[in-house]
Amino acid sequence: MSWLLPGLVIWIGAFALNIRLTRLPRSPLTRLAVPVIFGVTIIAVWECLVRGLEIPAVLLPAPSVIAATFASSIPILWVDFVQTAIKGALTGYLIGCGSAFLVAILVDRYRFLQLGLLPIGNFMAALPIIGTAPILVMWFGFDWQSKAAVVVVMVFFPMLVNTVQGLQDTTQMQRDLMRTYAAGYWSTLLKLRLPGAMPFIFNGLKISTTLSLIGAIVAEFFGSPIMGMGFRISTSVGQLALDLVWAEIVVAALAGSAFYGGVALLERAVTFWHPSQRR
Amino acid sequence: MMTRLVPVLTFVIVIIAVWYAAAVQLNANWAYDKAKRAGVELNFTDLVADTWSQEKPRLPAPHQVGAEIWQTTVEKKVTSKRSLIFHSWITMSATVLGFILGTALGCALAIGIVYSRVMDMSVMPWVIASQTIPILAIAPMIIVVLNAVGITGLLPKAMISMYLSFFPVVVGMVKGLRSPDAMQLDQMRTWNASRAQEFWHLRLPSSMPYFFTSMKIAMAASLVGAIVGELPTGAVAGLGARLLAGSYYGQTIQIWSALLMAAALAAILVGLIGALQRLTLKRMGLS
Repeated sequence: MSWLLPGLVIWIGAFALNIRLTRLPRSPLTRLAVPVIFGVTIIAVWECLVRGLEIPAVLLPAPSVIAATFASSIPILWVDFVQTAIKGALTGYLIGCGSAFLVAILVDRYRFLQLGLLPIGNFMAALPIIGTAPILVMWFGFDWQSKAAVVVVMVFFPMLVNTVQGLQDTTQMQRDLMRTYAAGYWSTLLKLRLPGAMPFIFNGLKISTTLSLIGAIVAEFFGSPIMGMGFRISTSVGQLALDLVWAEIVVAALAGSAFYGGVALLERAVTFWHPSQRR
Repeated sequence: MMTRLVPVLTFVIVIIAVWYAAAVQLNANWAYDKAKRAGVELNFTDLVADTWSQEKPRLPAPHQVGAEIWQTTVEKKVTSKRSLIFHSWITMSATVLGFILGTALGCALAIGIVYSRVMDMSVMPWVIASQTIPILAIAPMIIVVLNAVGITGLLPKAMISMYLSFFPVVVGMVKGLRSPDAMQLDQMRTWNASRAQEFWHLRLPSSMPYFFTSMKIAMAASLVGAIVGELPTGAVAGLGARLLAGSYYGQTIQIWSALLMAAALAAILVGLIGALQRLTLKRMGLS
């Protein structure tokens, strides 16, 4: 009981603080402070609940335990991170997005491809592509190559659909202007349409970051060498070592956010002219 | 209609042709192995015939998968454990339950975010941040933990589906509920509309296009959640279990048929929402 009371106090206190903060005029500081207070409160209340109600560690470990496990097993986590995120997800991401980009330019060039391939692409984007994981694991072996292959298939269609949509985003007026400058197909593509497509392309790239990590992790459930985030999660769940599972999830969250954040920063640099990026 | 159909059909035919060719290519090794042991020389027609009819091929030919689907859907009784309809039904019920729960939760949260500044400033950044996290990784843990508490069967899978499907709905609905512009909101105020009236007569109707689009994404995500949720339960039932069992025993035809069933299920479920969308938006005069 002695832990439940502080938990309640922290919760009410933080909530009151947040209400006061939102009444203040909006500033960068309150914008940052409010969500941070919210997040910290959740972790504090979680800690107090686990200790107060004496929830067994095999059900839900306390944040402090997770942090301790994280700190003590950094070598394992690093090996898993390199295996899954760098070798599996990043390789697949680069190959998948790169090839989807090239195919999208082809699709945009030829109307027949557009009419034939786009409906199929749209359809495929909604399918549970993750189901191809066992087949690709069978074809490419247990190591990271098969994970990269799953990621390629997963990111290809969202990226293709977004890029094609982006390439069609220029108006007739803009294209006519390029024609009056006597610009050919390639200079129109490079100077007008590709820059104009950038917001859509980055939308596809951002969706693909999460998909690539998910693909690499889930593909490891179907077979992997004795390292990797998906492997560690599924075996540790079997051993009821939930603190290690949560530590692995923290790694996944950090990797996912960093990956997404990196692409978002790149987007800000490339599409500085777009209304959504202006401040 | 014809100008649209011809290119699509061409590509479907091309895909099937490539599939058959790839089947020859990928299964050739095993065919040559068998021929060598039997001491026969393979000519091309024999090779093709063999690669298209192996029992555990690396890539089954389309007609093999088709035959397997036909056998396991039409010729088996629906209650049989080998019937794909039975497995699809299990996956679909988890998907739909999770989708309904997720959509309801997402709408509730979106209304909270639109009407409360505290919610908006504290919850919304986390909703967006959580999209960047590979949530699916925690699916096995949720299953095992809920099993340990004594919750088994449909609900744990539905929880994962709910978790995956609620984010697109929150993001889409917040956008939708905020889509009326200041002029329309002012108009409501000049009519002395209450907040409830403003919600029912302006915000909710104008959010409908966003609602349906995010529901389609949510349904696709929900199906993925249900399939992945079936993996760690030890391959008992459902399409995900069929995939896992198939990959354990090298039953490629079974994997492919489960995969195609999952694709069909996704197409049907998303198609249903699409039909609902057209019907609703037409009656509302929005499309």
